Amino acid sequence: MDFEYSDEQRMLKDSVDRLIGPAYDDLVRRRETQKQPGGFSAELWSKYAELGLLAVNFSEEDGGFGGGPVETMVVMEAIGRGLALEPYLATVVFGGNFLRLGGTAEQRAQTIPAVADGSLKLAFAHVERQARYDLFDVRTHARKSAGGYTIEGDKSVVVHGDSADKLIVSARTSSASQRDRHGITLFLVDADTPGISRRDFPTQDGQRGASVSFGSVVVPDTAILGTLDHGGELIEQVTDIAIAAVCAEAVGAMTALHALTLDYLKTRRQFGVPIGSFQALQHKAVDMFTALEQARSMEYYAAMMATAPSHTARRAAISAAKVQINNSARFVGQTAVQLHGGIGVTMEYRAGHYFKRLTMIESLLGDTDHHMRQIDSIGSLLEAA
Amino acid sequence: MDLRFTPEEVAFRDEMRSFFRNNIPASTRERLGAGRHVGREAWVESQQILNRAGLAVPHWPVQYGGRGWSPIQLFIYNEEMLKENVPAPLPFGTHMVGPVIIAFGTEEQKAHYLPRIANMDDWWCQGFSEPGAGSDLASLKTRAVRDGDHYVINGQKTWTTLAQWANWIFVLARTNPEARKPQEGISFILVDMKTPGVTVRPIQLIDGEAEVNEVWFDDVRVPVANLVGEENRGWDCAKFLLGNERSNIARIGASKSRLKRIRELARQVPAGDGALWDDMGFRRRVNAVEVELKALEMTQLRVVAADRDHSNKPNPASSILKIKGSEIQQATTELALEMAGPFALAYHDAEHDIPEGANDLPDGFGWADTAAPEYFNYRKVSIYGGSNEIQRNIIAKMVLGF
Repeated sequence: MDFEYSDEQRMLKDSVDRLIGPAYDDLVRRRETQKQPGGFSAELWSKYAELGLLAVNFSEEDGGFGGGPVETMVVMEAIGRGLALEPYLATVVFGGNFLRLGGTAEQRAQTIPAVADGSLKLAFAHVERQARYDLFDVRTHARKSAGGYTIEGDKSVVVHGDSADKLIVSARTSSASQRDRHGITLFLVDADTPGISRRDFPTQDGQRGASVSFGSVVVPDTAILGTLDHGGELIEQVTDIAIAAVCAEAVGAMTALHALTLDYLKTRRQFGVPIGSFQALQHKAVDMFTALEQARSMEYYAAMMATAPSHTARRAAISAAKVQINNSARFVGQTAVQLHGGIGVTMEYRAGHYFKRLTMIESLLGDTDHHMRQIDSIGSLLEAA
Repeated sequence: MDLRFTPEEVAFRDEMRSFFRNNIPASTRERLGAGRHVGREAWVESQQILNRAGLAVPHWPVQYGGRGWSPIQLFIYNEEMLKENVPAPLPFGTHMVGPVIIAFGTEEQKAHYLPRIANMDDWWCQGFSEPGAGSDLASLKTRAVRDGDHYVINGQKTWTTLAQWANWIFVLARTNPEARKPQEGISFILVDMKTPGVTVRPIQLIDGEAEVNEVWFDDVRVPVANLVGEENRGWDCAKFLLGNERSNIARIGASKSRLKRIRELARQVPAGDGALWDDMGFRRRVNAVEVELKALEMTQLRVVAADRDHSNKPNPASSILKIKGSEIQQATTELALEMAGPFALAYHDAEHDIPEGANDLPDGFGWADTAAPEYFNYRKVSIYGGSNEIQRNIIAKMVLGF
């Protein structure tokens, strides 16, 4: 039992903080960055690559650093603290883990070096209008056709789907029912393949997303990522890693937001004294701290369990972590805004931006109700995990 | 970062678990698990079994009977004990006065008291709170006046847990009323409760039981040799003691045990065409408490793992253990009360034995009569040990820097 970072992990943390912190400490500059193509800084992205952040999860044979969920956690916390805009979750966490766990040697050789050097961006085109958070509710289908498969269907809220060079798309390949875990296949598809149309939009938290339509999109057999009809397992596996990652991002954001709020309480003066001298506000700040530390505990737990071999233990643990992070994120976000008063509801100040990102994380990859149902389906959390 | 128990720690956990299951009487563990009281004899018997195996005071220094375990081993030991519903060694002895004597006492005091504390030859209680000194403990008024080789103690203590079973009490008393600050001029004194002038009056709590007492001191003459540490420096002992109190305060194992029981019993409670457990609303509330408890367990482990060098240096996360731990304990008693439903109504008067051959209870389920008393009783956990509001003040000052 050891909660300390290794020396390598501490060095990683220092370098990623040094990179991201200054890049986004100014909201005016951040707004300018949002106007760049893809809504992030291409220059910063290449620095992520130089630091090795884009290769952190890949095995050493594939040219990576052999890191795992803890290294992802370190990077995602910094992204959360910094309000960074780069498509790390889409390309490295989702895309990278799909390639790592599902890719053939040939697919890995073709893509991983390009992900690692920053030239290849990925997005996971999966969510559908009817599916909400059900990972296996996939209506998009792929039919066997001459020389490959033909994909038909519509995908929603594809995070960073606008700037992705390749999409990882889920489609039903067997005739099982629409919500069956079995019969789903993943395809790795060039985003400019004929038949794909993307409608991009800004997201509430200042990032980018897209709706993606697949109209008779023909792909070769070699586009299959993982095993035919067995994409469901891979989707759940990678999504769990991604949930652990957004838990870390949320903890990073909450840490920064709590510090910002403390600072405000100690400097803002009313009635001739700092407002932090009032016990009512102090106790609110303590409750934020408690919620933050409980979230941090589950962030660590999620990192530990994200790759656990037992499906039951992993399911219970990751869902429990997301529930705790959601509850803490809502409480810390709302309370921070309240304690700031008017300045908390403006776009001119960081608190509101953290609040917005935390709110969107709550509904990303399963809200509290969804994950409470998952825990219930396992039986007892305390016995499973 | 590696959050798994090592194979050695897992083996240690299994060793503790099987010791508790195989050596502590099942009747005692079943009573405690069912939310019923265990009497003085069963409690003493249990601690003496632990002590014979070197398991009563493992956290003490080795020369006084401790085991030199790591903080993680101590955590595992405590949690397994709670989960297996073993009566914990009497904390007023093993976690309060014992460590104070080890830290501040004379060699004679150590030699005399420590073995007796470990073996529960004496039942200790805590004479701190007074009617006018609760959260503001330093305002206490009980006086100890030097008279030759004795102190003469006058005053009143209250909320004294299980004083009706105790034969020794450690008392904070004012020895110098002229001191500059209220914290100065207080002394830490050990009092034999058989000394003339000590009177114990039980206070009935809202669960119907007399768990706490008032203790009156009327010209009680105590040898000066019973002073621990220096005269007028008792506040150092008190602060040290209250700092130790934090280590087991989250009581995660006890909440685990209660939740496990709720899961089992709710499957047997008829509701509609099935059982209460089929009610998604109820189940969800159980699951929600379990999520919070899991998070608290990880928080506790962070605190424990950070203290691997026994430095006992303050960890910001440790200060939330009391608040969250008490909230979760209370939430589990609420769930049990809701589970009992209308059958929580029947009051089982513990003072009257149930006649031979009679049903355990006047009405309802055999377990339901403990639901309301436990719920009522557990309102105490957010009040004692420094109320949760005081805890927030401490965190605000010590952690958040207000």
